[in-house]
Amino acid sequence: MKPKVAFFDFAGCEGDQLQIANLEEDLLALLGQVEVVSFREVMKEHSDDYDIAFVEGSCTRLQDEDRLKQIRKNAKIVVAIGSCATIGGINALRNYREIDDAKRIVYGDSANLFDAYTARPIDAIIPVDAYVHGCPIDKDEFLHVVKSLLLGKKPDIPTYPVCVECKKNENICAFERGQFCVGPVTRAGCNSCCINEGTICWGCRGLVDNPNENAQKEVLIKNGLTVDDAIKKFRLYFGWQERRR
Amino acid sequence: MNNRNLNLEVHHVTRVEGHGNIYVNVKDGVIERCEWAVPEAPRFFEAMVVGRPYGDLHHITSRICGICSIGHTLTSLKATEAAMGIKISEQDLKLRKLALHAENLQSHVLHLGFLVLPDLLGVGSVIPLASSNPEEVKTVLRLHRKANEMSNLLCGRTTHPQRLIPGGFSKIPSMKELTALREKLKESIPDLQAVAALFKALSPKLPDFNRETEFIALTNSDEYALYDGKIASTDTGTAPVGEYISYTNEYVVPISTAKRTKHARESYMVGALARFNLNYDQLSPLAKKTAEMFNLKPVCHNPFMNNIAQLVETVHSLEDSIKLIDELEASGLKSQPDYNKPEIKVKAGRGVGAIEVPRGILFHDYTYNDKGYCTKANCIIPTNQNHGNIELDLKALLPQILDKSEKEIELTFEMLVRAYDPCISCSTHAVKVHFV
Repeated sequence: MKPKVAFFDFAGCEGDQLQIANLEEDLLALLGQVEVVSFREVMKEHSDDYDIAFVEGSCTRLQDEDRLKQIRKNAKIVVAIGSCATIGGINALRNYREIDDAKRIVYGDSANLFDAYTARPIDAIIPVDAYVHGCPIDKDEFLHVVKSLLLGKKPDIPTYPVCVECKKNENICAFERGQFCVGPVTRAGCNSCCINEGTICWGCRGLVDNPNENAQKEVLIKNGLTVDDAIKKFRLYFGWQERRR
Repeated sequence: MNNRNLNLEVHHVTRVEGHGNIYVNVKDGVIERCEWAVPEAPRFFEAMVVGRPYGDLHHITSRICGICSIGHTLTSLKATEAAMGIKISEQDLKLRKLALHAENLQSHVLHLGFLVLPDLLGVGSVIPLASSNPEEVKTVLRLHRKANEMSNLLCGRTTHPQRLIPGGFSKIPSMKELTALREKLKESIPDLQAVAALFKALSPKLPDFNRETEFIALTNSDEYALYDGKIASTDTGTAPVGEYISYTNEYVVPISTAKRTKHARESYMVGALARFNLNYDQLSPLAKKTAEMFNLKPVCHNPFMNNIAQLVETVHSLEDSIKLIDELEASGLKSQPDYNKPEIKVKAGRGVGAIEVPRGILFHDYTYNDKGYCTKANCIIPTNQNHGNIELDLKALLPQILDKSEKEIELTFEMLVRAYDPCISCSTHAVKVHFV
């Protein structure tokens, strides 16, 4: 029997589900191995009988919690896909501001019509079995995680910072170009894709495990920075993780 | 039919981007409720960007939407560049137009092939079509993949672009890569013609429904407006982009987290059909021929024909991309340094950027302080501008189909919502029919 899979989305841009659609021919091959029973973005049918749930987006309001708990109850395996689900993503940027303030800025006098609280990743509410990091997710890493799960293995996700991949790719260090980059404290696995395209690491895969011990300290020391400085200076994606530290 | 009772609730319309609901309540043949609501979680982007430096804004606002991330990035850059008086080169302008065409192709093909086609073939998703109509699905996948390859080449990525930065590009493709792309685009023309023939054969399934409304889109005397232009309305003429507030007039309705807009009437429509209606004369030759296949002429007031207008635009984007690469070749592509970062003279000011993204006219409006930090932001998203029009269409359509079965009514309503290709993440996110 093919495993039944379902896709769900919370607060996010749905770019990760788009990345899955972008698998093109690989998607057809994948569809030969699993049975998709729910994927609102592409299909009308829906069933609550599934083995693996892929969840995109952050939990940003109380009413999301019940839905997440129901998904956890129905699924054997829950996979968080994309930064919003794995670390709170760009949504957590608003956590540096009081939520009432954010509501007033966007909705003005009608602010009290809408429910919202601190943006958080889904593992703040339910246990998560596997993570596909990134904004957006990397198609190949997604396939790696799915294949591992189907084979009953633990996916191999890097625990070192982006700098390792960036050096291997022989990029000129962003700090040497006079730019600020969070590659030294950000989890690798993206093959330093943004720096390869001529920009910087923005931190979308979240803080590497124990950044104090394992970060690429030499780069920071050379530029007169500590790990905490680096995290504080650039808070695009760390708004939930920083809170937890 | 006079004493019909109907309680319909489509909770989260499927095959659209985001969550939206339809509520219908008919008692003794009288329509008591017919509403379109967006319950998507609000995202607060306008609050998130306040206090961030100008170099972050396009990166943050790209995350408003995964599908139109190129459009959001470009609109954001245009707003920042307008605020600080930054000019970009003629070459970068052409490359940005190519990036926008790539998104238009990707988005329209995805919508037509994956989201609309299943309705016309009477199935719930594209998945069963892979075995029942393998050739058609492969053709759609081929076109979609080429559009993604084009995004990759111009933006360094298919979703959330990297190379697009204030003042230009961090990295550009080589002429060799661009000419290879041109060949691929030329090869795609027969595939696109096959898709057009397929939709032509299925077009009788698109309901013949007309409701007069106002259409708003950018217009430009030089070209079919996508990257730049003035605001144009089928009701009132044109105005500079800076006057957008007098066109959009946003308001909040309690049932939706997405705001709505209105201008000369109770609602207006944006998107491919609006652009087609306002700028038909400037479409490429093959695009006009495609429109003729469907007898589609401006001004068309059938919202279901937005699907066909998207098809027509897909052809236009393909032809215009080939033309843009020809021009880049003729002028000779100038190289730029690796890790390019154009020098920006930071200054305080306000700037408005407007672009025609796949679903319609998009506005970003930023104010910066003298250190280049954002102090105020406003983003007006195409789908928000369509919500009011969708609801009025549903209300006008319901009496015409009230003698049909509940299932048929639900399908027709969903098809109508899908025809707008709503992007609800964008508008906070939206779709679903609740008959209550």
